[in-house]
Amino acid sequence: MFAFLLRRLGWAVLTIWIVYSVTFFLMRSVPGGPFDGERQLPEEVERNLLEKYNLNDPVHIQYFNGIRDIVVNPIGEKFGPSIRLADYNVDEVIAQGFPVSASLGIFAMVFALLLGMTSGVISAIKRNSALDVGFMAVATLGISVPSFVLASVAVIVFVFWIPIFPAAGWGQLSQILLPALCLGAPFAGYIARLTRTGMLEVLGQDYIRTAYAKGLATRRVVVRHALRGAILPVVSYLGPAVAGILTGSLIVERIFYLPGMGSHFIEAALQRDYPLAMGMVLVYTCLLYVMNTLVDISYGVIDPRVKVE
Amino acid sequence: MSDVSDNVELPNQPVPGTGKRDLEYYAQILEEARSIKGTSLWQDAWKQLKRNRAAMVSLVFLVLLAVLAFFTPLLPLQSPIYQDIEQRQLSAPSLSAVRLYPESIFENDEQLPELSDASKIASRKQEILVSTLWNNPGTISQWLIKMRLSIFGTWSLPSLCGTDNLGRDVLSRVFWGARVSIIVGIVATFVSLLIGVSYGAISGFMGGKVDNIMMRIVDVIYSVPFIFVVIFMITIVKEDQIAEVLEKWGIDQIKVFFIMIGMIYWLTMARVVRGQVISLKNEQFVEAARAIGASPTRIIFKHLIPNVMGIVIVYLTLTIPAVMRFEAFLSFLGLGVEAPDVSWGLLVNEGIQVITPIKTYGWLVLYPGLTLALTLFALSFLGDGLRDALDPKMKNK
Repeated sequence: MFAFLLRRLGWAVLTIWIVYSVTFFLMRSVPGGPFDGERQLPEEVERNLLEKYNLNDPVHIQYFNGIRDIVVNPIGEKFGPSIRLADYNVDEVIAQGFPVSASLGIFAMVFALLLGMTSGVISAIKRNSALDVGFMAVATLGISVPSFVLASVAVIVFVFWIPIFPAAGWGQLSQILLPALCLGAPFAGYIARLTRTGMLEVLGQDYIRTAYAKGLATRRVVVRHALRGAILPVVSYLGPAVAGILTGSLIVERIFYLPGMGSHFIEAALQRDYPLAMGMVLVYTCLLYVMNTLVDISYGVIDPRVKVE
Repeated sequence: MSDVSDNVELPNQPVPGTGKRDLEYYAQILEEARSIKGTSLWQDAWKQLKRNRAAMVSLVFLVLLAVLAFFTPLLPLQSPIYQDIEQRQLSAPSLSAVRLYPESIFENDEQLPELSDASKIASRKQEILVSTLWNNPGTISQWLIKMRLSIFGTWSLPSLCGTDNLGRDVLSRVFWGARVSIIVGIVATFVSLLIGVSYGAISGFMGGKVDNIMMRIVDVIYSVPFIFVVIFMITIVKEDQIAEVLEKWGIDQIKVFFIMIGMIYWLTMARVVRGQVISLKNEQFVEAARAIGASPTRIIFKHLIPNVMGIVIVYLTLTIPAVMRFEAFLSFLGLGVEAPDVSWGLLVNEGIQVITPIKTYGWLVLYPGLTLALTLFALSFLGDGLRDALDPKMKNK
């Protein structure tokens, strides 16, 4: 286990370094800097600005300085000041946006898991019933409709036509509910289908018959015996799902005007806010990596046959 | 070599083709063999697929969509780009007839008053129409548009799906958007197919260290949040200087866009193909090919890849919707297809932009969103159907 984590850490460092390099050189290869505006800045002002953001060094010095800052500096000063949001450090921007994005993502994920697994299990038990067909049609629809279409329609219907949700804002449960539902819906659909397939496979096996034979209630057989075997495909889907939710949150945050990290990222990339864009990319990479590692570990916990190596 | 074979004594077999009876016998066998028709994997799969009603409905829908998209210039639709802000801004769906263009469209032309010949005036008018009512149509589209003008004249379908904030007909824009969305879906998927299948096949076939390194690279790329890299790449490509250089090479924005999307979606394809190739390469037919001296390239492309086609096709039907969704996603963020081109994602985005607490203009979001969703829905049903049809375990069920 320890060796596994250590090796994972090694790969993580390598991945982050590659992402850093690719991002760095991509950003620097764009002609024009962040201060090319309509208005020509006076020379001294521009020089001072470049100095503030360490942009007047040769590129390779900038590259190594960036790495040094990230490795050596304490959390809070890793990425330097943002260019677009001039009064803030990149770390501050991330620290403000992260809780919003994280709670949105967690809500969406919990919703997707709860709804997806419940409907998947019910579908599998009542196989080929109207309920099953209905659930699976809704699930396929949920997978097919892109989250931005769903979110847009949801805004029109539940905010303007039937005003039960607020249009924007952050802090209350009612404000987080609609965005999280829209973000989680496609994943709920996918999880429902995975759960159903997995359950159908498991329910036909001998040990389930044994469990029934020794007189256990259906509920107990399903929850204690079957679900544990059926859940593996769902767990392996969680990695891609997390990546999808990260991507989807860019859109949902934009539609619902949420002050999360995603809302900053696109602006940062478009307006050449080098430090901010770099900070965002690296945070997302770490997040994705940690989640994938957690998924791999949880395999071993759920299915003892899988040894973490 | 020859002296070895001379020493081997052949078993005492009847030499074929000697006696008359033998000839008849062989002819009979041949006849029998000819009358038996084997069913190939594809015929089997087609039979299976025909039984799956949802998949067939989806297939018909998709074929219909593709045909309509191809013949969009010929259909009596309104102009997708002509703006009429004063009279038709944000009008709700209606059935009242609409003229294709107002007569005032010819007023500002300089050449027209100078022409006297009636046929020259007509052709000049047509030129003006094609250039102002349609966005830069290609050769085939121009030809189709001229045909449409001569068949339907100024008659066009009413604004069944309403108009947008610049007074453009939504129905027509959805149709023209379909062309872009479908082409992006197909071309980008093809790029990903090309990269993924070659990469996976080579990795699986080589095995050992090469395989290990190639798959490690895939692993690393997998854990990169790709959307961000793509956004960077797109901002680079959109930069004027870079765009100019690319233009010189004959690469425009949309082509770059295809390639970019294709480059993201090859990863899973590569893994799937690699797994399949590894299980295939120890089969006897590959050994036989190697024994008669086929080169590795030949074995990969002639023997292994045709055998992984089944699983690749299934995966393709899953990649096309993913790619289309990604295109819509990027266009929605304003990073994909740019005006005056249209795509479904762009249309939904335009619809969202004009939502205000006072009025929502639901049709602007509803119709492009619905078409996009239906197409993706149909593609995923077809994909499921194909997977079942090509799975030998499902045979005769």
